[in-house]
Amino acid sequence: MIHSLFLINTSGDLFLEKHWKSVISRSVCDYFFEAREKAVEPDNVPPVIPTPHHYLITIYREKIFFVSVIQTEVPPLFVIEFLHRVAETFQDYFGECSETTIKDNVVIVYELLEEMLDNGFPLATESNILKELIRPPTILRSMVNTITGSSNVGETLPTGQLSSIPWRRAGVKYTNNEAYFDVVEEIDAILDKSGTTVFAEIQGVIDACVKLSGMPDLTLSFMNPRLLDDVSFHPCVRYKRWESERVISFIPPDGNFQLMSYHISAQNLVAIPIYVKQNISFFETGSSGRLDITVGPKQTMGKTVECLVVTIHMPKVVLSANLNATQGTYNYDPVTKILLWDIGKLNPQKLPNLKGSLSLLSGAPKPEENPSLNIDLKIQQLAISGLKVNRLDMYGEKYKPFKGVKYVTKAGKFQVRT
Amino acid sequence: MSASSAFIDEKGGSASEPEYGHDPASGGIFSSDYKRHDDLKEMLDSNKDSLKLEAMKRIVAMIARGKNASDLFPAVVKNVACKNIEVKKLVYVYLVRYAEEQQDLALLSISTFQRGLKDPNQLIRASALRVLSSIRVTIIVPIMMLAIKEAASDMSPYVRKTAAHAIPKLHSLDPDQKDQLIEVIEKLLADKTTLVAGSVVMAFEEVCPDRIDLIHKNYRKLCNLLIDVEEWGQVVIINMLTRYARTQFLNPNINESLLEENSEKAFYASDDEEEEDKKDEVAPLAKRKPYVMDPDHRLLLRNTKPLLQSRNAAVVMAVAQLYFHLAPKAEVGIIAKALVRLMRSHSEVQYVVLQNVATMSIKRRGMFEPYLKSFYIRSTDPTQIKILKLEVLTNLANETNISTILREFQTYIKSMDKDFVAASIQAIGRCATNIGEVRDTCLNGLVQLLSNRDELVVAESVVVIKKLLQMQPEQHSDIIKHMAKLIDNIQVPMARASILWLIGEYCEHVPKIAPDVLRNMAKTFTNEEDIVKLQIINLAAKLYLTNSKQTKLLTQYVLNLAKYDQNYDIRDRARFIRQLIVPTDKSGALSKYAKKLFLALKPAPVLESTFKDRDHFQLGSLSHLLNAKAGGYQELPDWPESAPDPSVRNVEIPDWSKCTSRKDRKEKKAEKPFYSDSDGESGPTESADSESDSGSGSESASASDESGSGSESGEETESEEEEEDEEEEKKKKRKKHLDKTKAKKPVEESTESEQSSGSEERKRGRKAVKNQKSASESESESESSESGDESEDESEEESESDTDIRKKKTPVSKQPPKQSKKESKKETQEMSLLDLDDFEPAPASAPVTPVNFMSSSLVSDLEGLSLTDTILAPTTITPSGSIKMYELLHRITGEGLAVEYCFSRQPFSPDPNMVAVQIQFTNNTNSETKNLHIEEPRLQCGMRIREFAEIDVLSAGESVTVVMGIDFCDSTQAANFQLCTHTRKFFASIQPPVGELMTPVFLTENDFKKEQGKLMGMNEISEKLTLGEKCVNEHVIVERVTATANLSRVPCGSDKECSTPPPPPAPVYRFAGKTVSSGCLVLVTVSTKEGGRAQLTVNCEKMLIGTMLVKDIMQALSQ
Repeated sequence: MIHSLFLINTSGDLFLEKHWKSVISRSVCDYFFEAREKAVEPDNVPPVIPTPHHYLITIYREKIFFVSVIQTEVPPLFVIEFLHRVAETFQDYFGECSETTIKDNVVIVYELLEEMLDNGFPLATESNILKELIRPPTILRSMVNTITGSSNVGETLPTGQLSSIPWRRAGVKYTNNEAYFDVVEEIDAILDKSGTTVFAEIQGVIDACVKLSGMPDLTLSFMNPRLLDDVSFHPCVRYKRWESERVISFIPPDGNFQLMSYHISAQNLVAIPIYVKQNISFFETGSSGRLDITVGPKQTMGKTVECLVVTIHMPKVVLSANLNATQGTYNYDPVTKILLWDIGKLNPQKLPNLKGSLSLLSGAPKPEENPSLNIDLKIQQLAISGLKVNRLDMYGEKYKPFKGVKYVTKAGKFQVRT
Repeated sequence: MSASSAFIDEKGGSASEPEYGHDPASGGIFSSDYKRHDDLKEMLDSNKDSLKLEAMKRIVAMIARGKNASDLFPAVVKNVACKNIEVKKLVYVYLVRYAEEQQDLALLSISTFQRGLKDPNQLIRASALRVLSSIRVTIIVPIMMLAIKEAASDMSPYVRKTAAHAIPKLHSLDPDQKDQLIEVIEKLLADKTTLVAGSVVMAFEEVCPDRIDLIHKNYRKLCNLLIDVEEWGQVVIINMLTRYARTQFLNPNINESLLEENSEKAFYASDDEEEEDKKDEVAPLAKRKPYVMDPDHRLLLRNTKPLLQSRNAAVVMAVAQLYFHLAPKAEVGIIAKALVRLMRSHSEVQYVVLQNVATMSIKRRGMFEPYLKSFYIRSTDPTQIKILKLEVLTNLANETNISTILREFQTYIKSMDKDFVAASIQAIGRCATNIGEVRDTCLNGLVQLLSNRDELVVAESVVVIKKLLQMQPEQHSDIIKHMAKLIDNIQVPMARASILWLIGEYCEHVPKIAPDVLRNMAKTFTNEEDIVKLQIINLAAKLYLTNSKQTKLLTQYVLNLAKYDQNYDIRDRARFIRQLIVPTDKSGALSKYAKKLFLALKPAPVLESTFKDRDHFQLGSLSHLLNAKAGGYQELPDWPESAPDPSVRNVEIPDWSKCTSRKDRKEKKAEKPFYSDSDGESGPTESADSESDSGSGSESASASDESGSGSESGEETESEEEEEDEEEEKKKKRKKHLDKTKAKKPVEESTESEQSSGSEERKRGRKAVKNQKSASESESESESSESGDESEDESEEESESDTDIRKKKTPVSKQPPKQSKKESKKETQEMSLLDLDDFEPAPASAPVTPVNFMSSSLVSDLEGLSLTDTILAPTTITPSGSIKMYELLHRITGEGLAVEYCFSRQPFSPDPNMVAVQIQFTNNTNSETKNLHIEEPRLQCGMRIREFAEIDVLSAGESVTVVMGIDFCDSTQAANFQLCTHTRKFFASIQPPVGELMTPVFLTENDFKKEQGKLMGMNEISEKLTLGEKCVNEHVIVERVTATANLSRVPCGSDKECSTPPPPPAPVYRFAGKTVSSGCLVLVTVSTKEGGRAQLTVNCEKMLIGTMLVKDIMQALSQ
């Protein structure tokens, strides 16, 4: 299916190639470069590019283009999903997925790619299995390796691949048995000029960090499962139990993984934690504009809003900004035309305000549209939907694990139109 | 490229080593390059694993950067058998990358993988198969084929999965193998494990996607396994099943499609009541039978539904398209939610999902309506996503939601992204055409846009307004007037042209303004763009025809200007129009029709989605995304008119309670060798048989080594390939089994009751029966005649093929006893009991022993497959004593002449390259045998025989021993010849055990180590083993080894072997020899460890010999 993979950075350098079938000349990437040039923004490169003999399916992640070469019909999502899985695996292994880390670990990268695909068909994509095959590099290990000449390749062959639960490696042992669950909810919203909600919804995920010995069988139940409208699960979750009992029953993979993601049903009104009063205007004459933004708390359920950041994509004609922030710092990047105001913690007593003038390119007509505001925020210990984990039970093992649940609410794609 | 030069090789590179691989110049074509590679070669040749690893890492880094490392091939390939796992893996990486370019050298590595294929560890077998099949070298196609076939029936599902993966590889390498591969696919499709399912369907899709008939039997199983298959496999299976279902089931919407129009709207609000209403309507409308969904169709829909909850977008999409293409309308709705969820994912995923949603939303608008707001556009979305969302929003627009949608659109047209704005205006136009109620609102909105400062926006609006006006021009003369005024301000040619066309077309609605516009345009004519000029001419012509009084002069002026235009198109047009509209005496017949030509009513344009009718491509496919057929795309078939027979999917579930079928199966298996021996076996019966075998997976699983004499021999005829490990055992078994078959019926009879209760018991039962055969003998014999009838009756329900076999069995069943009887003389009590059978002694016409026949037929089948040759050794006697005697001719087959041979291990003096074979003739008859000699040797290429001198007379009861020499060419191929007496000729064949192909040489310990050092890498084979219980002391071990192979012991102290890890002082035994014909050294090391474990190492240039020797010695030592 996937014939070859090329990694290309934003400046157009092809820095890694891997072929699973016959070698395909890297000149095939010329079609990609052509499309890349046409697209201007890297985001706008079409994910699928047909060429006379091949099809290129591309993803753009962490400033790297993963360009895969396909020769015959294949579901495009299949390839896209796989490429993202590759990127995630790199992230998992090296902490981040960047050109530098990939170049530094080129041999491990190559070994990983070799294991993940066989003849272009995915073979081992579970991180638990891969980590048994190829150990991730750590500082200690790379030092030991340098001295002893030993390797990152696992001595033992992974048995996980053979079991009926391929996501969990065998023979897990911990002295402290712990299971942590993070309920992370994101608010996607579009607010219009007047502050009314055009559209809002809550998307949540439950991230798990499970370090339990042996083969634990866990059951997670909620106080209010009815809230959940649409869910998707890690393959370890038993669908049937969810369908019948609304509990999440699973044998977890070892380590970090995303247990499920969910969507809060549309019937529930979404609480919008903050309001934004803004006034951005450009003057017809004088090549200037004014900006005045105030952020205040709305429905925060008594919690503090933290990590508040306002990002504004300014029109091209805005040259610079001369502003004054009552709280936090602002920064205007004249190249990317992004105004970033990092507020930090929201103080309900003294509302943060950003005010000042914008100078425009002289002679240019005033921009048609006011830029929209993108908001980032975080509220600790609150799931804005009200979702609550009831209990976590463990079967199959004798010991008593340490359990913990954490709730966080974040802004997802939270946009205020002006 | 510039980046790659800056690319520093390896972080792990040890600082103490000189930087061999790093070349800052990195040009790579000049001499420095060769030098550099020399360094790498040196590192690869060294003994240190760390150096090798370092070198391999650099080489892999080179490959990753796309640099040519092919000249290192010989140096790298040597390390293919390296012990260090990482080195080995990197060598594999290299090998797979370059094998295609260096086919000859790549062959050197093959034997390593072949060895790996026999490894007891399933993971090693799998990885060997994986690499072997990834080497794209055409010469090894037969080896690959064989390996795949063998792996397809491996015990381990993981190995079978790997076999499935290997199928497309082989197919792309050599499409001629397709037929054989389809057989393997068919076999693997029947596999019941989730591990295999995804991979084999993938192979199916690549090799034979049109063989939908292979799926029938496995359809239900695949549906049921689906949820437990790994996610990538799920995608492939679901896509394939969609196609399958389209060929096998009826269209669930067949009735609705008849009243598409009236049901379209009612459907979305459909609850059960309406559904019923609809059915009532349908009934009189069409006299179709009420649609009943095939339960299998329902099964598929039910089992795929939970997968909508998968985290993998590809799986969700696959299920979504399955529902879209296969589900009844009322059920399709459930996929919307899942698809909307995917919109939260990466932008690439969004892009693909939106494309599919766009197509779906045209056909099934109601499905996505509740999620309208999820398609609202954010300013941060990439343009391509914005445009797709717009498309979906437009598709979803209807009377009820249009106002909210239009409000959204209003925000969009203020966007900074101009392409997006243009698309938004187009979208508004489409909404306006589709929904009559809002047409005016839209028009007004668009007209307002005409005052926009952005020309692009204005131009796009004009174009859209033009299209809208065409639909109802009468009511909008004011808009046309407004636009006419705009012409002074708008500069975009397309927009100007559109306005002019509008005025010309509807000049009757604006009789006053139109001539004025023409007047203005005439002034600027020369400066206009070509498309505008053409429209000016058009406008002039139309005005001339309707209002010639006012515009005659203007028109002529414009036409005159156009006459001298630079563009020939415009000149031509002007000339043509002049002739057409201006009446002259010469003007032709056409001028009468000028009015009709110019002022004909033009149909309003239809604004359509580009996604209309894209659903004839399977959704979610690449072809759908591109709206063009991609290579290898399988058309989604139309629903069949009438459903094909659903019974094809019925699978006969093996009924364990019914002992007859079980018994039959076993009997069939048991007798198969005889069929092939005496009748040459007919094809169809066998294949029918093998099908039933593979169908019952659990049976073959239960047929573990010891119980399996029956089933194993069954497999043998099927696959003709056996694990070498089992050979020895099997030979013995086959022999026993000959006897057993004769005793089969009695055995069967007495074990009948036991068979129903589990295989364990059955095994024991059979053993027990063997022991007490004498006891059961009389009883069973009396029943044996009945049993035949009985089983025949019982088998009536069974398939025809079974009865075929049965028929055949009856004549055949007489033969086996004869043969086995002849053999049995020598054997134990068990055999002699069989002699009680009341069969006559063999007639002279059946001189060939089954074993020999078997092997010769196998020889032809296995020709060229050297690894499997040992199977052919005609050893029928269990080894005893230091020098084994082998039977060449049994005294019954030989009509009283018995011939045995042994490998005397003496040098054959006439020719030192020959193996001496000592042959003993014994005359057991009452008369003399004369003229004993050899004739017609049939030998493998290169082999030679030095015959013994003819024996003139061998008198009754006497024995004589002669020595002959055979040069086996260091292979274990059999030497076939005919043994002749004065009356008869007997077919005979001598096949040497590998241990006899060598002669001892004397080496000192140091010499030994030196020689061993030269034979590293691929020439070294090493195995771990556990010593048998009796191998307790030095003496036994040495004896066992030397009995197995003709080697001499190397005298040594009790030092430790340097290569082994440092256990407490453990004795190491070394043996040396050389092969007889070519004189290659054979070095054997046995280093014992505590706990009865040992490591066996064989170093030999001839890898084949090494491999076989290891096996033989292992067996000898572990007994």
